[in-house]
Amino acid sequence: MTRNKLIEISDLSAGYYGKPVIYHIHLTVYEGDFIGIIGPNGGGKTTFIKTIAGIIKPLSGMLIFYSPEGQAIEKPKLGYLPQVNTFDKSFPISVEEVVLTGLLSAKGRLRRFRANDKEAVHEVLERLKISHLASKPIGELSGGQMQRVFLARAIVSQPWILLLDEPSTYADNRFEAELYELLVQLNEKMTILMVSHDLGMIPSYIKSIACVNGTLHYHPTPEITPEILRVYNCPIELIAHGIVPHRVLSTHQENSSTNESH
Amino acid sequence: MNLIEPFGYVFFQHALLASVFSAIICGFIGAYIVSRRMVFISGGITHASFGGMGLAYFFGFNYLLGAAVFALVSALVVEYLSKRTEVREDSAIGMLWSLGMAIGIIFTFLSPGYAPNLMSGLFGSILAVSNTELWLMAVLAIIIILFFIQFFPAILAVAFDMEYASTHHIPVNFINYSLISLIALAIVLNIRVSGIILVLAMMTIPPVTANLLTKRLKPMILLSIALGLAGNVLGLIFSYLLNLPSGATIIVTHILIFGIVRLCISLRETHTA
Repeated sequence: MTRNKLIEISDLSAGYYGKPVIYHIHLTVYEGDFIGIIGPNGGGKTTFIKTIAGIIKPLSGMLIFYSPEGQAIEKPKLGYLPQVNTFDKSFPISVEEVVLTGLLSAKGRLRRFRANDKEAVHEVLERLKISHLASKPIGELSGGQMQRVFLARAIVSQPWILLLDEPSTYADNRFEAELYELLVQLNEKMTILMVSHDLGMIPSYIKSIACVNGTLHYHPTPEITPEILRVYNCPIELIAHGIVPHRVLSTHQENSSTNESH
Repeated sequence: MNLIEPFGYVFFQHALLASVFSAIICGFIGAYIVSRRMVFISGGITHASFGGMGLAYFFGFNYLLGAAVFALVSALVVEYLSKRTEVREDSAIGMLWSLGMAIGIIFTFLSPGYAPNLMSGLFGSILAVSNTELWLMAVLAIIIILFFIQFFPAILAVAFDMEYASTHHIPVNFINYSLISLIALAIVLNIRVSGIILVLAMMTIPPVTANLLTKRLKPMILLSIALGLAGNVLGLIFSYLLNLPSGATIIVTHILIFGIVRLCISLRETHTA
């Protein structure tokens, strides 16, 4: 059975103020994918996710979305969880109101929220075990609780594509385990693209890897191979799978002397 | 002294009406600028409008027109610059702020004789508010109310997290430019009430007081209007009874209300603790 494609990216470049950060990107995302996006800092992971989310306009190239029925569309149903929240913690808004903003595109900009929108919000808060926080001001939450609220905002509209930028930042250990289990569940209904620096966590949940370092290398399997590490050009920490979790530090590349400045 | 007496004068009735419209305008706009930390931007727009007043005085046209043009242009320039982060926004605001004041001072100097309108521009005189000004304030209040009713979910989303709002195809630019224009017009029409020097206080003190009592934007707007109205009317009465300048007395009254609310909260906290 051939799977529907949801996103088609070809020769895409994007960046800020006309200067590209990522370039010559080719990628086709299919329904049901769970792609882990890894890469060095400054390599353009966030720029890539923001371009798909529609926050950054592409400088050149093609970015086409398809509905699950196979029709090319302009406004896909996206769920987006931004990286480390830089929002103003004293902004007067409640948890419920934050999650409601996740339903805005479904509502159209003129219509008001209705009772069934609030129901949808409460269902998702329930699922993330934060329904008791619904009326709290966002600024009074802990980092882990805030991260749950922003995940709730991302999934409340039941999007086709879920874009996650470092979802485990601020997560306490308990939530981190819960989070990845939840993502596997969500993946049954949604296609997921997730930026993560957490390479050890990645292989056990995701289905494929995209390595972004200026341009994008796609690896159809979730294993982190020496080839991927070469793209990093820097020794990284890896977790090996086994009965007892243990960490193996990968060896330096032959030209490790060039990395001394790191 | 008779408390009922002033209410019989037309100028006092006008001042009361101006207090009501001002409270509505400043409630909406003030809650927004306080929530979005746009007080400094608003200060820049306020002072830039003084340039327009000086120009209007020199060339002999209505001060409101000059102030409105200067305020709108500087508001749109600041909003445009803030989208291009290479420009330091606060530095740009500081320059606009002083440029407006400098132009105002130069044209006042060039105009012969004493400039009473300019003085009322700086310090305000709610008791001298004209019919035209009242009408303009009423129209602006209605426009602001309709805009907030129509777009509230989008305004809240953009104000809280602009990037996220753009992923929902919300017209972020339309919301931002509309609101900064409304801020500019709100400032200009409130200059008559409290003057350039104090207009910002009319917009910031009631919302800051309201924010002590609620942590959500919608109730904060409604409370700001109520607190603004209370402060404006009480201030007006105090200024009549004590024979003090109206604008300054109104501001002091707003501060007093803030102090009382703050004190009540502290007392309740120590009581429950």
